[in-house]
Amino acid sequence: MRQVLKRVGVFLLVLAALWAVWEGWHAIGTEFDLTWPFPVNDVTMPHLHRIVQSLFEPAQINGPWLIDILWHDSLFTAKECIVGFALGVVIGFGIAVALSQSRLLERGLIPYIVASQTVPLLAIAPMVVVGLGTKGVKDWISVSVLAAYLTFFPVAVNGLRGLQAADPRAVELMRSYAAGRWRILWKLQVPTSLPYLFSAFRIAAPLAVVGAIISEPAASIQGGLGGAIVNFNQYYSIEPQELWATNIVAALLGITFFVVVVLVEKLVVRRAPEHYA
Amino acid sequence: MSAPVDSVVTLEQISKQFAHGKTVALQGIDLSIERGEFVSLIGPSGCGKSTLLRIIGDLIEPSEGRVTVHGKSAHQARLDRDYGIVFQHAVLYDWRTVSKNISLPLEMLGWDRGRRAARIKEMLELVELTGFESHHPWQLSGGMQQRVAIARALSFSPALLLMDEPFGALDEMTRERLNMELLRIWDETGSTIVFVTHSIAEAVFLSTRVVVMSPRPGRVSEVLEIDLAQPRTAELREDPRYFELVTQVREALARGGADSAFEELAPEEGGE
Repeated sequence: MRQVLKRVGVFLLVLAALWAVWEGWHAIGTEFDLTWPFPVNDVTMPHLHRIVQSLFEPAQINGPWLIDILWHDSLFTAKECIVGFALGVVIGFGIAVALSQSRLLERGLIPYIVASQTVPLLAIAPMVVVGLGTKGVKDWISVSVLAAYLTFFPVAVNGLRGLQAADPRAVELMRSYAAGRWRILWKLQVPTSLPYLFSAFRIAAPLAVVGAIISEPAASIQGGLGGAIVNFNQYYSIEPQELWATNIVAALLGITFFVVVVLVEKLVVRRAPEHYA
Repeated sequence: MSAPVDSVVTLEQISKQFAHGKTVALQGIDLSIERGEFVSLIGPSGCGKSTLLRIIGDLIEPSEGRVTVHGKSAHQARLDRDYGIVFQHAVLYDWRTVSKNISLPLEMLGWDRGRRAARIKEMLELVELTGFESHHPWQLSGGMQQRVAIARALSFSPALLLMDEPFGALDEMTRERLNMELLRIWDETGSTIVFVTHSIAEAVFLSTRVVVMSPRPGRVSEVLEIDLAQPRTAELREDPRYFELVTQVREALARGGADSAFEELAPEEGGE
């Protein structure tokens, strides 16, 4: 309990410090007309209270509150993220298992897997959306596929490392029980890889959010956070606080996924204390 | 040379080269181990004693020679799960409780839950760990971990137990206690034990026979019968005959060309 209170306290303290830095910079900047590194005014740096306040005002005249719109956008994007994350995990771990079984496959494919991540998501987004669209796949699923394109990578790389991390003597032990490679994989390598997988999931979870948000405009999806960001971009010079508010909501979505992964990890991974960072 | 009827392990002209023949780990090993024997393999670093143990277990293939375990090829014996193995480190699965670790080979054998539970209970009693079934390995001392490893190796009642310096990483007091415990288990189960060690005292105290090996290339230099009374008791460590045998093994090690045996008999071969 004490620990929890302490953590909450630290969190609030950091939040207050960030607020102070933001508002402090704003005050100094407007007072002395700072132009370096950027001009400071209410458009470049809207007051934080204005950003929070904008959440509880209608985005359009007589429309619903901004937070209401963003809540529904978040749910939509979250759905894409969950499917994209799951897809990325399945594909990534599948690749890791395949590569762990064959040195040749590992050497042959690793360069391409690495290269896949140097291709900008924006470049492949239209191909995926249009390509899958001709097969009758819903646009939001195409967005999930694009999110999976980012999330599979850490899972594949870390998963492979985890599968290869089994103690050689533990492998000998399994062989002494006449275990074949699939038994060894399931009873020894997969459990060994769990802590590695979960550190990949911690990276992959926010990546899924980023991937989905970037891909939504490419798929011409209006109903998610990506669509909202594009929309509020256009009104930035008039209503900057709305884009900032959307950014904060997007960040909260990423953080939520991260926290869920950490909580699941605590339930699933039972290891000696020194395994925890 | 044909295998005697009651022979559990027969090694005929076993050789092993590593690195394309550049390193000769073992050369011309002949050895026969009878049912119920407790045989120690002792020798300095690089004499190939751990390699020999792994060849018996079909975890490494010999370059030349023939291995027979229970009248079959070593390979078939491994597939038939004819032996249990214990390493210097317990090699327990961190994510499994003590019970679940002991259960591992039983799961491989396809035992049902009820049968597994009954055997685990028996094993915990055998190694005196009742009450620790739900602990995880990292919550146990090194000695307790090694007892779990022994329980795991014995859980499916293999007639042959291979042990690779099982107490090498433990402190002297724990080691002596576990020596007594191992002798009791050996007596109760009637199994055959092949035991790799670098401790002369341990080899003499435990064994019915001590196989002295010498390095570069690894070979059997002498085999000594240990004619101490059975069952062994702690008092035996002060028996004049015990000291005589310890001296004999030490001299055999020195004769085996291991002049530097005494320095080399330090903790070693961790990765072998």
